[in-house]
Amino acid sequence: MITKQAFAKNKTLLIVTSLIIVLFAIAVFAPVIIPYHHLQTDLDHLKEPPSASHWFGTDTVGRDILSRVIYGSRFSLLIGFSTTLLSLCLGLLVGLLAGYFGGKVDACFTVIIDLFLAFPSLLLAIGISVLLPPGLLSTIIALCLVGWASFARLFRGIVFSVRQSIFVDAAKSIGCSHGRILFSHILPHCIPLAVIAASLKVGGFILSESALSFLGLGVQPPLPTWGSMVSLSRSYLPSAPWMVFFPGGAIALTVFVFNLFGELLRDMFDPSIKV
Amino acid sequence: MKYYYVKRIFLAVPTLVGITCITFMLLHALPGDPVQGLVGERADPQVMQQIRKELGTDKSILGQYSGYVKLIIRGQLGRSYYTNRNVSEDLADKLPNTIRLACAAMVFSASLGLILGILMAMFQGSLWDRIGFFISTSGISIPVFWVGLLFIYVFSFRWQILPPSGMGDGSLLFLILPASTLGLSSAAYLARITRASMLEVLSQPYIKTAQAKGLKKSAVVLKHALKNTLIPVITLIGLDFGSYLNGSVLTETIFGWDGIGRYAVEGIFRRDYPVIMGCVLVGATLFVLVNLLVDLLYGFFDPRIRHTGQ
Repeated sequence: MITKQAFAKNKTLLIVTSLIIVLFAIAVFAPVIIPYHHLQTDLDHLKEPPSASHWFGTDTVGRDILSRVIYGSRFSLLIGFSTTLLSLCLGLLVGLLAGYFGGKVDACFTVIIDLFLAFPSLLLAIGISVLLPPGLLSTIIALCLVGWASFARLFRGIVFSVRQSIFVDAAKSIGCSHGRILFSHILPHCIPLAVIAASLKVGGFILSESALSFLGLGVQPPLPTWGSMVSLSRSYLPSAPWMVFFPGGAIALTVFVFNLFGELLRDMFDPSIKV
Repeated sequence: MKYYYVKRIFLAVPTLVGITCITFMLLHALPGDPVQGLVGERADPQVMQQIRKELGTDKSILGQYSGYVKLIIRGQLGRSYYTNRNVSEDLADKLPNTIRLACAAMVFSASLGLILGILMAMFQGSLWDRIGFFISTSGISIPVFWVGLLFIYVFSFRWQILPPSGMGDGSLLFLILPASTLGLSSAAYLARITRASMLEVLSQPYIKTAQAKGLKKSAVVLKHALKNTLIPVITLIGLDFGSYLNGSVLTETIFGWDGIGRYAVEGIFRRDYPVIMGCVLVGATLFVLVNLLVDLLYGFFDPRIRHTGQ
């Protein structure tokens, strides 16, 4: 079980958690801590390699890459988190209904879940996001529609087994409504798992977001997302590799920290959980 | 036993139908006329009239859907807005390239993943195990497109030992960078699964027997444990084909590999809807078929599955 004591004992987890807090602080305070404005061009300093005044160098129109990377963390974290939360809620709801009612309801939902899982996720996200005007909201919608199904499948299984517990029978026998049984008796049993499943998925969503914005389907330039920064600098790779290194490294580092967090949390709780 | 195979094949049918439903809905949701969505705005009016008749845009939504399915079965996925070429012909041209890349990636990830996983399981709890854990977590976390660009920078621009892009004359040299880029995250994943599977097998009584006989550790692991370890791993190697389809979109773009993934991205940049939808449809169908194949093979390798009929 996850307890405060177990959490405090696990040093690696503590370090990773504090890293996540730092990442959040960077994203929240981005407008204050960036040394230059993220959109401010400077035609006297084009494609400059990293130096004391521009730690990560500058891009083709002289914008400070460090500032843009810091500012870009806002999009990655915002999209990563809201997508995880929304698709978790959707998946939880479908999983609860399918697992609790079983029978035809379950059969219907299972077909839909399997169908969404049958698509290669990025292809489906591309298919959905070309329909929407590119931007923050459509990225979130596309990733949600792709991501909810695996959550739903996970929770369907859990609810299926929790439903057979004696306390559910007890609740039924004293005349609780379906809604009450679902939300006050069964749902609390899903919460710890939901936390773990969500933390294992955040990294994947951030990665998918970066792929979409790399393909030009995410938040649009000149706003700095890490994916689009890599994409736009890729033709300058031989002459100005730092333009590619830093934004891509930021993605890798962030996703690594989140994945590590999810995995450590899972190992502490129950190593057999597969998401 | 035959029942298992037949049942599994039939179970794939509703999924395939569902895929056409979703692509149909996506096509319908496209801005503008669905007929133009299929043939392109510059299509000749006669063709448009004919397709309109075949699709039956005046009919109910169900009638339209059945028309769409008929078109797909005849292999007609519409024409590209941009080149006016048949999307299905283009896809047929590019599919072999994507499959070649995916197979190479599979070889890379299977060998790297297995070796890493076995080593991690053999030295469980040691420093190597921990290092392996960090390596595999970073393998899953690094964006495909960034790894590809790093590889190009190091191997092509700095050391100049491998070509940065293109397929060249089809030699293996051109395949190395894209295949290892594409296979990296799946190698990391496989390493982990191999480790877990190996540890489970190693805890079985027959391994104790082998150890008690005084066999060397390597003999126990490679001769006795490996075969049983491979069962879940083989399935995953197959299932990872889906991740290759995802990854190929990015990898092929970066390496200028003339496959379906790059074709899809070109379609995206030009808002060439027939191309995009064709790629989504073909990609998903391919994914389902590969999963089916893996399931059938799984039943073949592991008799327990086909006999319980699960």
